[in-house]
Amino acid sequence: MSDRLRRVPVVAGWVAAVALLAVAPLYVDAFWLQAGLVTIAAAVGAVGLTLLVGAAGQLSFAHAFFLAVGAYGYAYLSGRSSSGTTVGLGVPPVLGAVGAVAVAGALGLAFSPVASRLRGIYLGVASLSLVFVGQHLLQNLTSVTGGFNGRPTPAFTVAGFDFTGTEPELTIAGVPFGAVERLWYLSLLALAGACLLARNLLRGRAGRAWRMIRDSEVAAAVMGVDVRRGKASAFVLSSMFAGAAGVLSALALDRVVPDYFGLLLSIEFLAMIVIGGLGSVAGAVTGAVFVTALPLVLARYSGVLPLVADAGSGGVDASVLARFCYGAAVVLVILVQPDGLAGLGRRIRSRLRRTTPPPPQSGPDACPAGVLQETP
Amino acid sequence: MSNLVELLISGLSLGSIYALIAMGFVVVFKATEVVNFAHGSILMLGAYVIAATYSRIGFPAAVVAGLAAAATAGLLIDRLLVRRLRRRTHTALAIVTIGVDIVLAAELARRVGTDVLNMGDPWGDDTWRVAGFTFPVARLAAIAVALVLIAAFGALVRYTDWGVAMRAAAEDAETASLMGIRLSRVSLVAWMTAGVLAAVAGLFLATFPSPGLSATANTTALRAFPAVVVGGMDSLGGAVVGGLVIGLAEALTAGYSDHLLFLGHGLGDVAPYAVMIAVLLWRPTGLFGTKELSRV
Repeated sequence: MSDRLRRVPVVAGWVAAVALLAVAPLYVDAFWLQAGLVTIAAAVGAVGLTLLVGAAGQLSFAHAFFLAVGAYGYAYLSGRSSSGTTVGLGVPPVLGAVGAVAVAGALGLAFSPVASRLRGIYLGVASLSLVFVGQHLLQNLTSVTGGFNGRPTPAFTVAGFDFTGTEPELTIAGVPFGAVERLWYLSLLALAGACLLARNLLRGRAGRAWRMIRDSEVAAAVMGVDVRRGKASAFVLSSMFAGAAGVLSALALDRVVPDYFGLLLSIEFLAMIVIGGLGSVAGAVTGAVFVTALPLVLARYSGVLPLVADAGSGGVDASVLARFCYGAAVVLVILVQPDGLAGLGRRIRSRLRRTTPPPPQSGPDACPAGVLQETP
Repeated sequence: MSNLVELLISGLSLGSIYALIAMGFVVVFKATEVVNFAHGSILMLGAYVIAATYSRIGFPAAVVAGLAAAATAGLLIDRLLVRRLRRRTHTALAIVTIGVDIVLAAELARRVGTDVLNMGDPWGDDTWRVAGFTFPVARLAAIAVALVLIAAFGALVRYTDWGVAMRAAAEDAETASLMGIRLSRVSLVAWMTAGVLAAVAGLFLATFPSPGLSATANTTALRAFPAVVVGGMDSLGGAVVGGLVIGLAEALTAGYSDHLLFLGHGLGDVAPYAVMIAVLLWRPTGLFGTKELSRV
């Protein structure tokens, strides 16, 4: 079979997936679209974290902090001052979103002297501090963050078209397009951009340098890779992805509150990328779908499922059950399948075309899990 | 002035509690190279068992049960997970403990719910008045118990066969095992000791003046992580010093928070992390940590 023919099913699969996602707002009800928005935002963040943890091998708990920077940065830059409580600069929303991502990157850069000096595991513990310091700032810088109650997300309007409202009115195939439907396409676009960017980074010079640093800092330095710079660049880029994810979360949730950006969110991000397969872009997206959508799905069907108690009853409710599931999934993945769902997918694919030998282990998606494999 | 003395005592007692947590963390890291992110949840498990059983079996028996529960949790993590993952990278091992932490923390938070559990300790909210100063008895008990445990643990590491084996394994696991040291036993004892120390710390973290065991006790325990990092991740003495530094920093910033209002409310909660970042900028492997050398 020629190479081009072999790619036909892959391309067909992508076309089908894109088509399905594109027509989803016409058929799926608002609850699932809303769940989808949160999931897509998480996926963008997970793709960023997999660059840092998966490719560069630097464990970080700081992701929730950079998400918060993105979310609040957007709310501050594009929001309007409301009397006496919060201030905002009223920048046009597109610029505000770009600015928020830039601020997240700048703060990542500010922390990178710490990040790039520390070996992987020290960074993991040190990055805990950003989450807690971040929580402190979110609660106390009330004029910017609105304190405990947070602040509303400003509308995202581009050239008079409101992505977070109903201006101008729009009806496609009998479906009125409100905020959720519009944000759906905006978020998908952002996710596609994030995936493409991450894929190119991983395939290019930066990705090779990161993997080299992950596998051996000494060898990387000998090969002419600037280790500090490499670690810092992974940290900055991953915080920019987190900033973008923060903007998307803010838009999806309609309001930014400090509680959302706690340590649990960072841990969820780590669970996503481990379950999906460290270093794999597709894996990060799959993991994000699993971890984010699971509690929502379980809550939705809690009436039908046995074992699932109602929220607040003290029994095992949907969110607790979801945490059991992804906590156990993390442990299982490390024990039996270190390259996660992405690795599982590759194994199934190579078994399906048994006639051809398994693909050589190269390229960004082929051997991502070195960070979890055996040490020499 | 009396305020300062009371704050110093409170900081020392908090610091000695953090030192207990940090020592358990360090001994596990030395013996098995696992950065144990489930430590906070193990601590909470021990404290929860004490709070849940004291009314039926009495406080002393409940403490024994709590220590046993935490030690068993350590044993299970070691036997079921860490042992199978030997020779994997630090990150893989750390992530496994994160997975355990997710499950354990979710279950404990669900059980505690929105309540604040009483620990049933004999000290209650008694205070001791000396020369115009007022000290909570529970805090003094924490210092006394922690001192005894730190000394006992130091002796364990320094003088017993296990201690020598553990230090040998930390220097060079492969050579140690060739010399006849059973690494599996070293690792088992380390995990169980860490569990016991964590449970004791959990008990004192939840007694007066803190209101009791709440669903976020494992997050409070995370403040011992800065203690570990400040001291250096592979130094037991560093764990004690780091614990005291962090405890004092937290107590003093919380005590003088009225004068520090420009830095915001609840400053005591973040002081440990601020100290940690400052120390790391100065010394990337903590105050007493081994500088990592790489040989080519």
